[in-house]
Amino acid sequence: MRRENLAPTQITDIMKRPFSPNRRFVERIGFAGLTATALVTTLPIVGTIVYILIQGAPAISLEFLTSFPRDGMRAGGILPAIIGTLYLALGVSIFAVPLGIAAAIYLAEYASDTPLTRTIRIAIINLAGIPSVVYGLFGLGLFVLFLNFGTSILAASLTLSIMTLPVIISTAEEALRTVPQSFRTVSASLGATRWQTIRRIVLKEALPGILTGVILGLERAVGETAPILFTGAAFFLPRLPNSPFDATMALPYHLFVISTQVPNMPVQIQYGVALTLLAFVLTMNLVATVIRSRARAKRQW
Amino acid sequence: MHKIIIESLSLQYSDGTESLRDVNLSIHQNAVTVLFGPAGGGKSTLLRCLNRLNDLAEVKASSGRILIDGENILDPKIDVIALRRKVGMVFARPVPLPMSIRDNVTYGLELAGEKHRATLDEAVERSLTLAAIWDEVKDRLDTLAVALSGGQQQRVCLARVLALQPEIILLDEPTSGLDPISTGKVEAALQELKKEYTVVLVPHSVQQAGRTADHAAFFLQGELVEYGEGKSLFTAPKQKKTEDYVTGRFG
Repeated sequence: MRRENLAPTQITDIMKRPFSPNRRFVERIGFAGLTATALVTTLPIVGTIVYILIQGAPAISLEFLTSFPRDGMRAGGILPAIIGTLYLALGVSIFAVPLGIAAAIYLAEYASDTPLTRTIRIAIINLAGIPSVVYGLFGLGLFVLFLNFGTSILAASLTLSIMTLPVIISTAEEALRTVPQSFRTVSASLGATRWQTIRRIVLKEALPGILTGVILGLERAVGETAPILFTGAAFFLPRLPNSPFDATMALPYHLFVISTQVPNMPVQIQYGVALTLLAFVLTMNLVATVIRSRARAKRQW
Repeated sequence: MHKIIIESLSLQYSDGTESLRDVNLSIHQNAVTVLFGPAGGGKSTLLRCLNRLNDLAEVKASSGRILIDGENILDPKIDVIALRRKVGMVFARPVPLPMSIRDNVTYGLELAGEKHRATLDEAVERSLTLAAIWDEVKDRLDTLAVALSGGQQQRVCLARVLALQPEIILLDEPTSGLDPISTGKVEAALQELKKEYTVVLVPHSVQQAGRTADHAAFFLQGELVEYGEGKSLFTAPKQKKTEDYVTGRFG
């Protein structure tokens, strides 16, 4: 129908026309279709979790979680991989978290819109888009070889940190920006320096959002294989690492190894490792969600 | 005696909104000076110059001088933090900081490095009493300030300013969101305050301007049209524009 040719009275006529049963039916179909697509998107995640749970649960036992692998990793536990993953998460917390939060504070609170800050922003966005295996290769070149850290927890955590930074920076910056501007104005009017305002008001209010970002970042770091492949992951270690310069086993890489590199591997152990890794990540996710919803309930603005 | 002397002050924001053009104005000590006029006239801008809060805004150009006790506070070298302690400000919308009533009041003092519990407690009671809210909140000082009603919040915000024992108090439409009873309480508090402080008020209506002003300045589109004693300015304005505005012919 060509709208422009309608006289005003005709338009009123159309508006008065009853909502026909036919259009109601079309509406219902459309609505059902949208609901269905929304449901379909949840299927893969639910399916994966249920499947891994069913396949992996029988492998999980106290012994599995607390002992070393035996028989060429075909039996025994995965303790060194769990500890290794914890060490890597710790490393990322030490390097990426303070740096990321500091960068976010700079971008959200201090930086004005200049070519320099625009460049920083573009760099951060692009950092997030680099494939993780490229990070791995970069980490190999810079940390392992050039800085001579060797294949080590240190080199791997630094590589993971670079990869995690954009997640932490962008979520922390977002959290800082949602703190109302009026708090900053009022604080300044009461004789606060910029930093006093940030420390006493802005950071306090943004903390839940920042923590969420930190956890999401750590979660990503914990699950990655490629960046640690060349930089710190060991195929098999008969002992726990005892310095940051030791290589370490880690859950994602261990899963890759026992799924592809070891012949006659009992499939149950693979699913056990997958389940452990999944439990790690989902627990972190849960913690992030709880922090977020609690903060939302408590928020005063 | 003049506490604040403004000499040919001009200012323009980067986004081209409100501005000030060549404003000359002397503000009396221990009196309520009212800056009034239609929106966009430059009243708030002028207030925000007096405590350099415009430093936080995007200002394109400014010139002129503002002398407080003889010192030019627009001089980039002055201590802005000390200035803001001396020149307190209450905003149009009460913005309680996300903390308890007590912490709101002591916030400025703690920033200034005051740690002494007794001094802080004394300041809380003194300033809440001055702001006419002590009796309403004395039993719940540790509850969150946002839990109070709007009128109570605004008086806590006033107390927060008073706690710093400033010399000048700026109020930017402090009663715009309040009911008549709360408004009355705030206005009554102002009459008490002017005994010790210099008060500069942007009222939210001409009626409020008339009720509270010892001296009044009428602003129109960034220019000071008329300045004089409150009574004469509202009953016998010299300028046609002022008369038109106070009699409600425009605005």
